[in-house]
Amino acid sequence: MSVARFWREIPSRYNLIGSKCGNCNKIMFPPRFICPYCRRTGKLEPYNLRKKGKIVSYTVVHAAANGFEEQAPYTLAIVELDDGPSVTTQITDCNHSEINIGDTVELVFRRMGQDGEDGVIYYGYKGRLLK
Amino acid sequence: MAVGITGYGVYVPRYRIKAEEIAKVWGADPEKIKHGLNITEKSVPGPDEDAATIAVEAARNAVSHAGINARDIGVIYVGSESHPYAVKPTATIVAEAIEATPNLTAADYEFACKAGTAGLQACMGVVGFGMMNYGMAIGTDTSQGAPGDALEYTAAAGGASFIIGNNGSEAIATIEGTCSFTTDTPDFWRREMRPYPRHGGRFTGKPAYFKHVLSATHALLRKLKLTPQDFAYAVFHQPNGKFPVQAAKELGFSKTQVAQGLLTPKIGNTYSAASMLGLASVLDIAKPNERILVVSYGSGAGSDAFSILTHDAIEKKRKNTVPISKYINQKEYVDYSTYAKYRGLLVK
Ligand SMILES: [Zn+2]
Repeated sequence: MSVARFWREIPSRYNLIGSKCGNCNKIMFPPRFICPYCRRTGKLEPYNLRKKGKIVSYTVVHAAANGFEEQAPYTLAIVELDDGPSVTTQITDCNHSEINIGDTVELVFRRMGQDGEDGVIYYGYKGRLLK
Repeated sequence: MAVGITGYGVYVPRYRIKAEEIAKVWGADPEKIKHGLNITEKSVPGPDEDAATIAVEAARNAVSHAGINARDIGVIYVGSESHPYAVKPTATIVAEAIEATPNLTAADYEFACKAGTAGLQACMGVVGFGMMNYGMAIGTDTSQGAPGDALEYTAAAGGASFIIGNNGSEAIATIEGTCSFTTDTPDFWRREMRPYPRHGGRFTGKPAYFKHVLSATHALLRKLKLTPQDFAYAVFHQPNGKFPVQAAKELGFSKTQVAQGLLTPKIGNTYSAASMLGLASVLDIAKPNERILVVSYGSGAGSDAFSILTHDAIEKKRKNTVPISKYINQKEYVDYSTYAKYRGLLVK
């Protein structure tokens, strides 16, 4: 990922800022420039999604991606947010045996990766089981 | 002008390692270590945590507790000795993650374990002078001791965030006054590009920790014309579980006054966060109109002492706190090999 792209996406990566259409009231994440439902009559505004949702599906990754070796095995989940949209995210601070479909998670602020030892550090949201 | 604490928030990572587990690796006697340092276990940050992520969770908790709009925060100071970047502020990451940007000033502080309270004093000045309505001071660290060093048993991770505002009805407590004691004392240091700190062994006690903590406390008590009996609680910086208890005794404070703010035996030395987390632990249970002494210590060396008096709002706002006991009790033990992997101690 380029530093410029990461920087542009900081509001959605840090604070789950998506879009809400003033015409059809639909909430979208990640943010959109045009409402896919209303097209030209849509009125998109930035919208802060609540940092809470439910796990609808998950998978345990044993063969870690580059840079994630020390976290294996880790869990990737599809989380349906309380505001409607779904996000794919890692579930942090847990053993995968603890996770069940339907579990409530909060989205917390974590390190997502880094661009090598001397590159930029990417931060963003990860799910954490709400207990 | 007196200023108040509008809100606070804390964070301690979920992982713990027991002193026995570290002692086993280095062939040390675990009972001797546990007794000598008065510590049973310490917190360990997860592989996706650093001083910035810890600061963000503490800061978000502080904003919810204070019940203010983060955009009204005019200044954020983040104190740490483990900032994720050598050059690039942690404070801007925190400011963005709590949506306080862009109309504020921000900076990182460094002064070993007292960088957080140095930021607190600066916020008192900025808010007390009327430059800003609210200031946020954070102490956060993911400290490391060299493998096998005595510091490895205590160097832990955690963060605390305090929002300083005016002393009105929304303040949970007034900061009645602060005094510092600072000298050039090389008791602990880390040179540029070096991964682990070095320390002066026995030299870290009497001429360093005790001299500064005791002197700052004496100066504050003199200035405010108070005695140890005027305080319900006392919190001292806690590099281990022993020093703060000993300092309290020498100053005339009882073990009961110190107990609630003494966290190191359970979570280790959280460095810049240590005295601030101790204060948060006291505020979690304090009643209105109770006086709290807080004394930080940073190697190199200096101490900041504060006298804090709680108000009625402390009980009204309590429902909005995430108490430190929640983070302390939600824990998962790791063995030394997992700890080594999470802390990046393995050579690949
Ligand atoms: Zn629409």
